Amino acid sequence: MSASASTTRTGGFWARLKALTRKEFRQLLRDRSNLAIGIALPALLILLFGYGISLDVNNATVAVVIEDASPTALDVLSGLQLSPYFTQRNVRSMKDAERMMNAREVEAILRLPSDFTGQLAAGHGRLQLIVHGADAATARAIQGYVGGALAQWSARADDRDAHRGATARGAPFGAVTVEQRMWFNAANTSTWYLVPGLIVLIMTLTGAFLTSLVVAREWERGTLEALFVTPVRPTEILLAKMIPYFVVGMIGFAMCLLAARFLFRVPFVGSLWLLLLSSVLYMFVALGVGLLISSATKNQFIASQMALLTSFLPAMMLSGFLFDLNNVPAVVRYVGQALPATHFLELIKTLMLAGNVWPIVFKDFAILVGYALVLLTAARLVTRKRIA
Amino acid sequence: MSRPAALTAEHLRRSFVVKEARRTVVALDDVSVSVAAGSLTALVGPDGAGKTTLLRLAAGLLAPEAGRLTVLGIDVARHPQAVQDRISYMPQRFGLYDDLSVQENLDLYADLHGVPASERSARYVRLMEMTDLGRFVARPAGKLSGGMKQKLGLACALVRSPELLLLDEPTVGVDPLSRRELWQIVRQLVDVEKLTVVVSTAYLDEAERCSQIFLLRQGRVLSSGTPDSLREHADRSCFVATPPPDQPARWLQARLLDDTAHVVDAVPHAGEVRFICRREVESPQTLEALNGAPIRAVAATLEDGFMVLLHQTEPAKAAAAAAPASSPKTDGPGHATDTVIEVKDLVRKFGDFVAVANTSFSVRRGEVFGLLGPNGAGKTTTFRMLCGLLPATSGSLSVAGVDLRRAPSAARRHIGYVSQKFALYGNLSVEQNLSFFAGAYGLRGSLAVDRIGSATRQFDLDALRTTPTSQLPGGYRQRLAMAAALLHEPQILFLDEPTSGADPLARREFWRRITALAEQGTTVVVTTHFMEEAEYCDRIIIQDAGKVLALGTPREVRAQAKGDAEAPAPPSMEDAFIGIVERSRGAVAGDAAARATA
Amino acid sequence: MLDFLFRLLALVRKESLSVLKDPSSRVILFLPVLLQSMLFGYVATYDLSNVPYAVLDQSRSPTSAALLAHLDGTGFFRRVATLQAVSEIAPAIDTQRALMIVQIGPRFEQQLMAGDTASIQLILDARNSTTANSAAAYVGSVIDAFNAEQSQQRGGPAPALTLETRAWFNPNLETRWNFMPALIATLSMLQTLLLTALSVAREREHGTFDQLLVTPLSPTEIMIGKAIPPMLIGLVQSTLVLLVTRFWFHIPMAGSPITLYAGLAAFIVAGVGIGLSISALAANMQQAMLYTFVLLMPMMLLSGLTTPVSTMPRVLQIATLVNPIRFGIDLVRRVYLEGVGLATVLPDLLPLLLIAAVTLPAAAWLFRNRLV
Repeated sequence: MSASASTTRTGGFWARLKALTRKEFRQLLRDRSNLAIGIALPALLILLFGYGISLDVNNATVAVVIEDASPTALDVLSGLQLSPYFTQRNVRSMKDAERMMNAREVEAILRLPSDFTGQLAAGHGRLQLIVHGADAATARAIQGYVGGALAQWSARADDRDAHRGATARGAPFGAVTVEQRMWFNAANTSTWYLVPGLIVLIMTLTGAFLTSLVVAREWERGTLEALFVTPVRPTEILLAKMIPYFVVGMIGFAMCLLAARFLFRVPFVGSLWLLLLSSVLYMFVALGVGLLISSATKNQFIASQMALLTSFLPAMMLSGFLFDLNNVPAVVRYVGQALPATHFLELIKTLMLAGNVWPIVFKDFAILVGYALVLLTAARLVTRKRIA
Repeated sequence: MSRPAALTAEHLRRSFVVKEARRTVVALDDVSVSVAAGSLTALVGPDGAGKTTLLRLAAGLLAPEAGRLTVLGIDVARHPQAVQDRISYMPQRFGLYDDLSVQENLDLYADLHGVPASERSARYVRLMEMTDLGRFVARPAGKLSGGMKQKLGLACALVRSPELLLLDEPTVGVDPLSRRELWQIVRQLVDVEKLTVVVSTAYLDEAERCSQIFLLRQGRVLSSGTPDSLREHADRSCFVATPPPDQPARWLQARLLDDTAHVVDAVPHAGEVRFICRREVESPQTLEALNGAPIRAVAATLEDGFMVLLHQTEPAKAAAAAAPASSPKTDGPGHATDTVIEVKDLVRKFGDFVAVANTSFSVRRGEVFGLLGPNGAGKTTTFRMLCGLLPATSGSLSVAGVDLRRAPSAARRHIGYVSQKFALYGNLSVEQNLSFFAGAYGLRGSLAVDRIGSATRQFDLDALRTTPTSQLPGGYRQRLAMAAALLHEPQILFLDEPTSGADPLARREFWRRITALAEQGTTVVVTTHFMEEAEYCDRIIIQDAGKVLALGTPREVRAQAKGDAEAPAPPSMEDAFIGIVERSRGAVAGDAAARATA
Repeated sequence: MLDFLFRLLALVRKESLSVLKDPSSRVILFLPVLLQSMLFGYVATYDLSNVPYAVLDQSRSPTSAALLAHLDGTGFFRRVATLQAVSEIAPAIDTQRALMIVQIGPRFEQQLMAGDTASIQLILDARNSTTANSAAAYVGSVIDAFNAEQSQQRGGPAPALTLETRAWFNPNLETRWNFMPALIATLSMLQTLLLTALSVAREREHGTFDQLLVTPLSPTEIMIGKAIPPMLIGLVQSTLVLLVTRFWFHIPMAGSPITLYAGLAAFIVAGVGIGLSISALAANMQQAMLYTFVLLMPMMLLSGLTTPVSTMPRVLQIATLVNPIRFGIDLVRRVYLEGVGLATVLPDLLPLLLIAAVTLPAAAWLFRNRLV
């Protein structure tokens, strides 16, 4: 064994990449904290979002105070009972009702005042609805349902009057009714649009957060120092870091899809291949963010904070996941539109719920490809075999 | 045919901006070095001297700000990858992956270096033989002992034969046996395989085994040459004085050290005191500090040469080192016989692993007591049990009459503690740190102000009162840690590896303070892996793998190491340690073999 | 006793300096909270404000124009296109150009004039079903008003039945009024938890924790000393969010500041307790961060911040009984929006105090007894 041994070298890019990737996989599997973030946390998120978070209002309780128990009043109320969205609790007095509302046992109070029948006969019947402002979304929904139910009662009452030939109501003019059709969400449940959003969250978690932690950790532990003084090239180091976490991210994706399909019965209208392709693309984007942050900061704590602030939090708040971007001020909407997560979310929601809408598919694909290229190139530029 | 120089550095300069400290540290300033091919070269110097920076520059991990660095004929700054393809580098933190097994680590480096499969098996066999890690190939690297990790790090750097091998402090904290083994490996590489090896180390005795030495201090080359040429600086100035039998050697050493007009350096050794006289002194035996003790001339060692050089370049600092530390008055010097620390049958287990096995000892008031042993021996564990930080699995211990683990706050007021990493609050200033510890130990008002003031004066920290601790150079951090521990005038002082990484000057200064403290009645308990520092102690205990191998005065331990009466007493504590450990491990192996065959 | 106080004071001073001395860490403590509260304030809303819609008016009559004028006049709907053919409907919705299509048939006016009901088609993109349902509800109420107005214009009587709605505490039913008070609690809890979770773990890594344990400070004193500065910081952060809520978003505060701060104090103490326990349990900062993150996720999601606890399945509702954020949010919402007194929020206050009472001593015990 002489000192000048470079001639019999085998190796090269693929051999080194294989060796590095093998090492990364081993480290991933043997460090339980990585698995916790990569597998356990996504599973937890799926369960929480799927079962715990629901933006639908469908079990509100309304206290009904009947101060006038005439047949007409009860007829009006029977119309309300037809609604499947809330339960009715009959209460004797306003005082009781208000107590219940204060204790949050009911979300609203519907009051038929004592002079109701008389007022109705005279043509100006009044119902009082008091909603609790602490939950404005539910309150609005209740307002909508009650209003709608009463309008329907009015319409039916008019019809009956018309059948009886009563013309005391004056010149007839038809009423407009609405036939509504909800496209893409037959079950009309928020779960159907939250679950695609989960895919975005989980891939962001794995790609940006977990990866940034892991790479920054390696910088901190100092093992990269010895690695650098070998024939290894920076690109190989980056690729080797990307591959295992790409796999973990796709496992998270698969978990989400399976849960969506079998647990929450979200449909897949569009092409599964497109869905897969777009997820692969977004994974690259997320990995690019993670690698860029960790190579630039080289510090676990800062890297994780930055990953959270710049990718996870925006994915949750500004991508349209929970809060529809149509409702926010213009400035905020522009910020949201600048995020890759927003476009990915739009893409998978469309693919899953609406199908292969090609204009959207092309547009979002192009944006994601652009982001992926920019981020990965930046990450490569920042990773150099230098200690300082 | 002579080969060209493996490494040539010309006027290298490199500095770093320390972000939290907001200042620039010059790590290397006008450094020029030349390493011949096929040689074993040492870079010597304390923490912060610039050794690691120089090695990193050579490995292409840093770029110089000024100057040129040529490795194997290649300009490293411009073609780092070309250099990295041909050299091997073992950094201070070994570069091992804790989650991967020994075999997996080796395979990784072999793959990365492109070692062909045919070569590999023969290579591995040789590496396992060399490092004795054959039995542990499947064990995760994180579970190896310090010495084994270092050996594995070396093996990974040697999966192929590089043209140049750079080793950054490969023997720090490792037990003397493993150190010896590592150096044997390195020596063999140079002699047999004609590798060029550059090693950085803080151990001067290791440097003596090299053919060329570069002494670095604060980013500059202090001196360079062969061991012989460096030794010559102290030629004919070295003597050994024999102290009177009833006095600890350190008293004589302290008095000699204080005599800065005539004495360059003094250090206890083998029960006696080695000292270096200034060239001008004509009749050393008449020195007042000796007080009539007999002396004899001895040959100079590398350390002596180093000390002379240091004193030549920084005489003022040397004087400061010799200034005695004032300390609280308790009893008179060392004749008290009451026991302040009592340990009986102490055992500490972590699951199945026995960290400390059945240890018993006691410490008297005013004694300097040393716990010696390599990393993993159990001394830090014993220490932490003494301080009350860790509960004992069984056995009893009492410090100043109480078990610190269960003791009320009042009892802890008599203890001072300096931890291994000089645990201080980095972003707080010197003054803020001191005032926190003053408050925590119950000092208030004018008393606190007084004591803080005297601490900063005494430890030469006055100018740095408002400096954040993270900005302090290493030596000052150690001083601040000690100052904080002494604010409340404790009766017992615990010091955990207070001198690791410090240069000889700083170590002298530290022990001088300890001596002064002990003289005034403070009990001092110290751990260290520098075996030679045992000489400063009144009594020592040597642990290895949790077991007590020796307990007694340094003289007694050296005698114990003698074993059979014929062999002469080994000259140094390190040799004594190796002797004791080898015998004990041999005995253990013998027992195991006996049981196996029975 | 005096000794104890002095030691404690020294520790509190040291902790505060550690956290506040560095200007960049001061910024990190207070700026993100400010920015996040503003961001959330503008983003977190379920109220419709700008629904893009398209119209296919095959009737092209004055009546249909009047109906559309009503729709446009609400300000919630923004017409982005007027379609010419049925075939244009699907593309408009598919590509999300419009969220809603209003299709009025060719015989719309005639049917109405004849006294028959005329129905219009409303097609909604339910890729966000919440928005779609809200939009449908709004359209429904616009139609009702239109019907009433048309009938009255032609001499018909006023509608027989009207519904008067009143809202307690939130007159305009803005969801932002629910979010912001909740944020007063949540945002400061996030930061406090992270701060305390790292505090002991960092000291353990740097070795200063051993130093601390060797001093006369007892574990309980250390725990108190480490709890006080984050508590104060948390209260300051809550105050910042409160100021943004009150003076930037003009959401009036109905309750008494004293009650609010008493509740917030209990809430933050509970958070500090949890954080210190995590810190004492973790072996290093990496673990501490991990535990905190894994704990924070479900705590935030199941807290009632985005969706009410009452809509969750029973099992999860029970799980929230150990979630301090749930109680904190409920408490602050009640005091801020409804103006209730301490007695009413006792069911929220007591669990918080209980959490604090369990986690703080646990942390103190773990300081010494966590086997490394």
